Amino acid sequence: MTAATFQSTADYIASDDLRGSVDVAVTLERPLLVRGEPGTGKTRLAEAVAANLGMDLIVWGVKSTTRAQDGLYVYDTVQRLYDSQFGEGDPADIARYIRLGRLGEAFAAPERVVLLIDEIDKADLEFPNDLLWELDRMSFHIPETGETVSARRRPVVIITSNAEKELPDAFLRRCVFHYIAFPDRQQMAEIVRVHHPDLDDALVGAALEAFYTLRRFDGLAKRPSTSELIDWVQALALDGIDPDRIMREMPFLGVVLKTPQDLDVTRRHLALRARRPID
Amino acid sequence: MFEGFFHTLRAHGVPVAMDEWLTLQDALGRGLADSSLSRFHSLARSLLVKSERHFDDYDIAFAEYFGGVEQADDAIADHVWQWLDEHPEALRLTDEQRGQIDHAISRIDLDEMRRRLEERLANQTEAHRGGSRHIGTGGTSPFGHSGWHPGGIRVGGESGHRTAAQVAGERRFRDYRSDATLGVREMGVALRRLRRLTTRIEGPATELSLDDTIDATADHGGQLRLVFRRPRRNEVRVLLLLDVGGSMDEHAELAGRLFSAVNQSGRFRELTVRYFHNCVYDRLYETATMLPGRSEPTTDLLARLSPGHRLVVVGDACMAPSELAMVGGAIDYGQRNDEPGWVWLERLAARFPAAAWLNPVPAGDWHRVHGARTLNAVRTIFPMFELSVDGLEEAVEHLMARS
Repeated sequence: MTAATFQSTADYIASDDLRGSVDVAVTLERPLLVRGEPGTGKTRLAEAVAANLGMDLIVWGVKSTTRAQDGLYVYDTVQRLYDSQFGEGDPADIARYIRLGRLGEAFAAPERVVLLIDEIDKADLEFPNDLLWELDRMSFHIPETGETVSARRRPVVIITSNAEKELPDAFLRRCVFHYIAFPDRQQMAEIVRVHHPDLDDALVGAALEAFYTLRRFDGLAKRPSTSELIDWVQALALDGIDPDRIMREMPFLGVVLKTPQDLDVTRRHLALRARRPID
Repeated sequence: MFEGFFHTLRAHGVPVAMDEWLTLQDALGRGLADSSLSRFHSLARSLLVKSERHFDDYDIAFAEYFGGVEQADDAIADHVWQWLDEHPEALRLTDEQRGQIDHAISRIDLDEMRRRLEERLANQTEAHRGGSRHIGTGGTSPFGHSGWHPGGIRVGGESGHRTAAQVAGERRFRDYRSDATLGVREMGVALRRLRRLTTRIEGPATELSLDDTIDATADHGGQLRLVFRRPRRNEVRVLLLLDVGGSMDEHAELAGRLFSAVNQSGRFRELTVRYFHNCVYDRLYETATMLPGRSEPTTDLLARLSPGHRLVVVGDACMAPSELAMVGGAIDYGQRNDEPGWVWLERLAARFPAAAWLNPVPAGDWHRVHGARTLNAVRTIFPMFELSVDGLEEAVEHLMARS
């Protein structure tokens, strides 16, 4: 068994299931693939794990143009050509022009680190496949210098993804999978408490009530998530809104809903509710 | 350990691979389950199940194998249970009857079954339950729902015993769905061939051109001259028209996500997505909810887009003949079209010579599906391909050949 076990931190609440999945991934030294609705704290999980296990965190944010190679190393040809022209440095030493990417850094780190590969589904379809070998062996070869970079301590790899279908089976088979379900009201209350410890209970209760009602409205293109709720609670608190008004009027909806269509839909629902007798 | 669980999971459709199973054994060997069943439940799930869509199947399999939890059978609707309470004898099968089932499934002739169903429907004039011949609930007639018959056709209702070899009625595409999901990745790969690379598209020159650098450096007496060029980009523009409403929704969503996923990774120069219901008329919609406020006249779109656009239509092309052939035949009451759908389809085809129609109806059913008449009429205007991995590959090949 590992000595260090992942626990909830002061500002991150993890469910038992999630804690278990992190432990499994850490012990088996396999990547942990985390999926869930946007705003359920997938990215923040890595920060919490790193803080909890006392490791450094290396973040590799994936974009649509990111290639697997970028994570390993970059060979700066242009700098080398310039140096050869102007006689600066030593162009014969290729190693000077090899810069490690985020994955490379994680391997080369002297201590065990946490590597977050964020939003892996954003990259090209082949991206996860291109990383299979490196993630399995935790090492890669640099042909330019004949050097092999291997991990001294296998990093804890946490991968987040929003879409499921684009990930290849071979990749999925190697991962420990965890799905972060949307928090229920009690968990959510704890999460809000972590962010706003000093708020009045009545306000938080009313905001939660309104928030979960809102999430149930039909026709929303994007259901509001945790981060929006936290912003909303802050806005409500700053303005000193009376808790009784929150459910009826849902002020500052713009904080919670991000598109004009969703605002329209919600206003219509609210108007309908207002006409009904209060139960 | 627990080999039976592995097979139970697979029997419930959870795609567990052998190496995942071995990983679980490894994890158990390291004591990660803490000899607690609930720890084991989440441990095994995190290693064996890689999609939340299978969580439910996993739980059912878990309950079945470890027997701690009642197995809920949500497939049998409450009213069927109620009816059963009143008629306890109706659905009880003899062993002999059960024995017939496997045997019978192997020799079902669906066409024959369908023909007989139509005959029965014609003969039957009143509601019916039990018995062995007419359509109704319970009973052992091959038609109806909630009954046992070796390979019967279900008519509406809930599936009771799951032996219906084919569900006649509204759920035509259900079985196809899992194939489609499995094929999504392959489809994405097929779509990537929808490209024509060029360096002519404007953009920053960021790629070092080695050959040109060597030439330029030589021209300057060995003084380094770096030459950059624009990276090659796809110049293919795509107009995607999606049929939404009713049975088409899930296919439209799938196709829409596929194309935009490919587009996001910078694969198309331009992707325009518009929605319609059953047939294209004088307006096209920007959202699947078809809000009139977010629509534009089809003619505007035709004028704006170049003929070089590749047109891809996703739809089943199954509609009432009037929707295709009549003025005012549109299925949506609000859309009083002044010209028949047929004219609009021909207009589209004339504007975009490179066009393909993707149809989620399996190609083998095109001549006999409900709506086959309009489907085949549409085929005379647009080359039609099945919405499957193979069909998509053919369509892409066709689209790239036409330019």
